[in-house]
Amino acid sequence: MGLLDHHKKIETHATLLLVLSFLVVTIGGIVQIVPLFYLDNTIEKVEGMRPYAPLEIAGREIYLREGCYTCHSQMIRPMRDEVERYGHYSLAAESMYDHPFQWGSKRTGPDLARLGGRYSDDWHVQHMINPRDVVPESIMPSYAFMMNRTLDRSDAEHVRDIMAVYRVLGHPYTEEMMENAVDDFFAQAEDFGDPGLLDRYPGAQQRSFDGQEQVTEMDAIIAYMQMLGTLVDFDTFVPVANR
Amino acid sequence: MADNSENKVTPASRQYPDPAKKLKHDVATTGHSWDGIEEYDNPMPRWWVWIFIITIIWSVGYWVAYPAWPGIKSSTAGLLGYSSRANVVQEINEFEARNEQFFVQLVDTDLEAISDNDELHRFAINAGASVFRAQCSQCHGSGGAGVQAAGYPNLLNDDWLWGGTMDDILTTVTWGIRNEDFADARWSEMPAFGRDGLLDDAEIDQVVHHVLSLSGSDHDAQLAAAGTELYEINCASCHGDGGEGDHFLGAPALNNQVWLYGGSFDAIRETIYYSRFGVMPGFENRLREAEIRAVAAYVHQLGGGQ
Repeated sequence: MGLLDHHKKIETHATLLLVLSFLVVTIGGIVQIVPLFYLDNTIEKVEGMRPYAPLEIAGREIYLREGCYTCHSQMIRPMRDEVERYGHYSLAAESMYDHPFQWGSKRTGPDLARLGGRYSDDWHVQHMINPRDVVPESIMPSYAFMMNRTLDRSDAEHVRDIMAVYRVLGHPYTEEMMENAVDDFFAQAEDFGDPGLLDRYPGAQQRSFDGQEQVTEMDAIIAYMQMLGTLVDFDTFVPVANR
Repeated sequence: MADNSENKVTPASRQYPDPAKKLKHDVATTGHSWDGIEEYDNPMPRWWVWIFIITIIWSVGYWVAYPAWPGIKSSTAGLLGYSSRANVVQEINEFEARNEQFFVQLVDTDLEAISDNDELHRFAINAGASVFRAQCSQCHGSGGAGVQAAGYPNLLNDDWLWGGTMDDILTTVTWGIRNEDFADARWSEMPAFGRDGLLDDAEIDQVVHHVLSLSGSDHDAQLAAAGTELYEINCASCHGDGGEGDHFLGAPALNNQVWLYGGSFDAIRETIYYSRFGVMPGFENRLREAEIRAVAAYVHQLGGGQ
């Protein structure tokens, strides 16, 4: 019973126990986490991913502020029923510019990972104002106030600050994108806005989303929702099956 | 005040069981003693120890069977070859293969003839119903009754905007309505008579009353009569002299009580003033041909198919 006697030393010395526990947890952490940064199947690169456009960031911030993630997930799991209902299962790379990711684990409402382009802007506006108007059985709260909350220059500048932080986190925002951030913010919600936005953010949707002259939170949230899951073109990109 | 002192139990009268009496056998203590309290050195229950050992053995089997240990470029694959991605592809293919004969049949069979083949028709309706729930119900409602407040058409009645034959429905589903994704999308646009200054307010009121009269709703007969000529000049070319509508132009019938955006004075006035512009996506890129045919068959049999 020599081994157990040695173990007794650990059990009866608090500091030694602390140091050795830390060591064990560290080894466990290294084995579990470190491979995720270099294994081929966890760092799959996919075509089409780009960082969020300024107005989309504003929409995403509203999404977080309102706690949409408590009822909506953004991850289609690789199961037949999910793929048939929502579309292609989500890839890790599709969340690469999400800090934090919005996968979620609770679906009171449907998954939103591939919401983009599925509904018209009008549908979204009506649905946000009163979800029961378009989905009678819905229990989602009304977000009608977003129609009246105008976003001004200070909001756009706030988004530019967020972009600066994202840059530190490694999102590839160029100098050009940073310089145009405030202009792009407003241009995206215009029917005939500066087309330079689309060069900087390929695949971005550009129009007045809520049909109002001024840029509102409704524009921002719909701009965000209309791009969800649309960046990767699954007609040309085929994920390796055995991952 | 009631005297309840009798109910009180004084600590001294409480009976504490002697813990030593409950033991079946003598157990050594650990030798620790805190304030006279000693600690028995009981072993862990056997069942607990065995389950613990079995889970460790199980984990070894799991490492071998499933992807587990990280290597230089990839993890060990495991003897079972499990992969969630490969599994979902395989499962979908399995169901595809089972449905294949019907999908082929659906595409090969003449649209009007689908309902002649009982088995195929049943398959089409069920497959169409599931497509409808995933792709159409958000606007047309899970039962197909539409949403009047939002201008999403009811599919249960026989008042069609663009026609209710199998062929018409198939065209609408395939290319959609007023979208810019497809050149073949159904397209028509009503002028915004008020906003664009084509008619003044008084004239619009007259036209509204005339439209109300066409459907037999409550209206002001004098204003309606005054609106007759305005209606014939501005509206009749699409909606018909008597408000019959035109499936070719997607012009709604105005001579019945089925309203896309509501049949009140205010709703009709808003329609004429600002016009409406209902859109529908085309499903050419989203669904395969057999699925589009299935959903057309489903919608056709909801109640209004022609």
